[in-house]
Amino acid sequence: MTATIQAHGLVKTYGRAWALDGLDLSAEQGTVLALLGPNGAGKTTAVRVLTTLVKPDEGSAELAGIDVLTRPEQARRNLGLSGQYAAVDEYLTGFENLVMIGRLYGLRRAQARDRAAELLEQFSLTDAAGKPSKDYSGGMRRRLDLAAALIVRPPVLVLDEPTTGLDPRSRIETWGVIRDLIASGTTLLLTTQYLEEADQLADKITVIDHGRVIAEGSATDLKARIGGERIELTLADPADLRLAARTVGSVTGTEVYSEAGSSTVTAPAPHGAESLMTALRELDTQNVRLLDLGLRRPTLDDVFLSLTGHSAEQAPTNDDSTPTKDNR
Amino acid sequence: MNTPIRTLKDSAVIAERNLVKVKRVPVLLVYVLLSPIMFVLLFSFVFGGAIELGDGSSYREFLMGGVFAMTVLFGGIFTASGLAEDMQKGLIDRFRSLPMSHAAVLIGRTASDVSYNILSLIVMGLTGLLVGWRVQGSLLDALAGFALLLVFAYAFSWIMAYIGLLVPSPEVVNNSSYLVIMPLTFLSNAFVPLESFSGLLRHIVEWNPVSALTQAARELFGNTDPSALASTAWSMEHPVAYTLIWTAALVVVFLPLSVRQYRRATG
Ligand SMILES: Nc1ncnc2c1ncn2[C@@H]1O[C@H](COP(=O)(O)OP(=O)(O)O)[C@@H](O)[C@H]1O
Ligand SMILES: [Mg+2]
Repeated sequence: MTATIQAHGLVKTYGRAWALDGLDLSAEQGTVLALLGPNGAGKTTAVRVLTTLVKPDEGSAELAGIDVLTRPEQARRNLGLSGQYAAVDEYLTGFENLVMIGRLYGLRRAQARDRAAELLEQFSLTDAAGKPSKDYSGGMRRRLDLAAALIVRPPVLVLDEPTTGLDPRSRIETWGVIRDLIASGTTLLLTTQYLEEADQLADKITVIDHGRVIAEGSATDLKARIGGERIELTLADPADLRLAARTVGSVTGTEVYSEAGSSTVTAPAPHGAESLMTALRELDTQNVRLLDLGLRRPTLDDVFLSLTGHSAEQAPTNDDSTPTKDNR
Repeated sequence: MNTPIRTLKDSAVIAERNLVKVKRVPVLLVYVLLSPIMFVLLFSFVFGGAIELGDGSSYREFLMGGVFAMTVLFGGIFTASGLAEDMQKGLIDRFRSLPMSHAAVLIGRTASDVSYNILSLIVMGLTGLLVGWRVQGSLLDALAGFALLLVFAYAFSWIMAYIGLLVPSPEVVNNSSYLVIMPLTFLSNAFVPLESFSGLLRHIVEWNPVSALTQAARELFGNTDPSALASTAWSMEHPVAYTLIWTAALVVVFLPLSVRQYRRATG
């Protein structure tokens, strides 16, 4: 069986920047694929290629068996897209927005109205249905945008950073909505900068950086790849960073991660508590003062760190940071 | 797949959506209505008495054709800024990901923007009447004059659609539009009689479609005597035909150009 979403060898350059550098993707029917990567990794570009908005320089892509490059019209019929920033008409009400999109998908006016009402209900927007969407909160606008992508119940759904810029509560709500979609059998590609989100929602995670796949598998697979527990310590004085990293490294014999300018050091600890104890003693001899020291199970963050050499936490945090327009 | 019927249907959906904005932001109308009033008043009171026309006809009457022509060109700015805004807000991306007609977003936009020009022509006509402008010819001719202004403005809005898709952000629209509209109106007979230009400039002015549009409007409103025309250029002797040729040419060139630009727009 061929995958419902697939892409092979996608290359896209913008001037001298390689947004995509031979990207391969695939998602089987009815599964959720998370495209995980930091800002600038090429997630949006990949989404834009798959959704017919951009032609790649090289490579091929198929949605539900339809070649996206040679039959874009056909591909669009099978596709729902919710882009990185909610693209709803701010002067139209929620209801009017959905009716408009429905009619542009080719529904008759009455059909579009019925479907719009149904979706507003499903997305808890019925009360706001008659309000212009510029009066909506960020979370409501995002839900409306998602609803717009679902008007014709497309077999393939693509969501580009569906929760970026949402407050934690709206984020959890959006996850709920996405889980319902998954349950209905849609094949879904979602991009995210948040490991937790990929972990929560996806069957398969493809980690990308600089337009290339750097790892692929289930959340469990990825965690297993770096195995073992991790030492994590927080320094009282960031000036000790290099000394602390060297010391920990000599104890664990593994690669040590420390962000320049930060005060945390992490490293895989092959011998668990024993490594921790030794590290603690060594650090004490070196007069390195600690705020916090502990052993923890690996997270997807660590996967990312060991794969790319930099932390996904460089990405903006998930509070209500306003999205900027120049990163689309 | 994109049959003409589908294109028309989609265009209607888009046009309807654009008009809702006018309903929700009625203050937009104030701008639509205020600038024509301002143009008529400024031009007739500031220049109205300052310039004498050789043939003794009233400059105020002479001016109206030019003010009408200039104002409907300015109407094109709505087209450019509307598209630039849709682009910035990501709506163009959404439309482009839908199985709809590519041309519809642009056809719907240019079509709904005709309503702005209809309104501004009405307001300008009324303001003109207040300051002493009169239609001297038949009512039918006058209606033909208004229709010609609208049709040419529609064609011109396709240039503006192209500009709207080219500019990097809506803030740049005004400046870019002025770069097109100002030379077109000031290198024409809109405000200054043809006779005052000479040499190469004179040729440019004679063949500028805005001159023909202005001349045609004046003739149809009975505000100028065609037999007193001080030009032997074909464009000036057949201003209506020449304007219509330009109208067709602008649509034929800029509709496909704009659609092409729309397809590759990156938002
Ligand atoms: N339209 C564009 N013009 C120039 N560079 C672009 C454009 N779109 C994306 N890029 C560049 O391509 C890279 C990948 O961007 P993008 O796909 O938006 O990443 P992500 O969505 O993962 O943050 C970035 O370096 C970005 O600056
Ligand atoms: Mg992105």
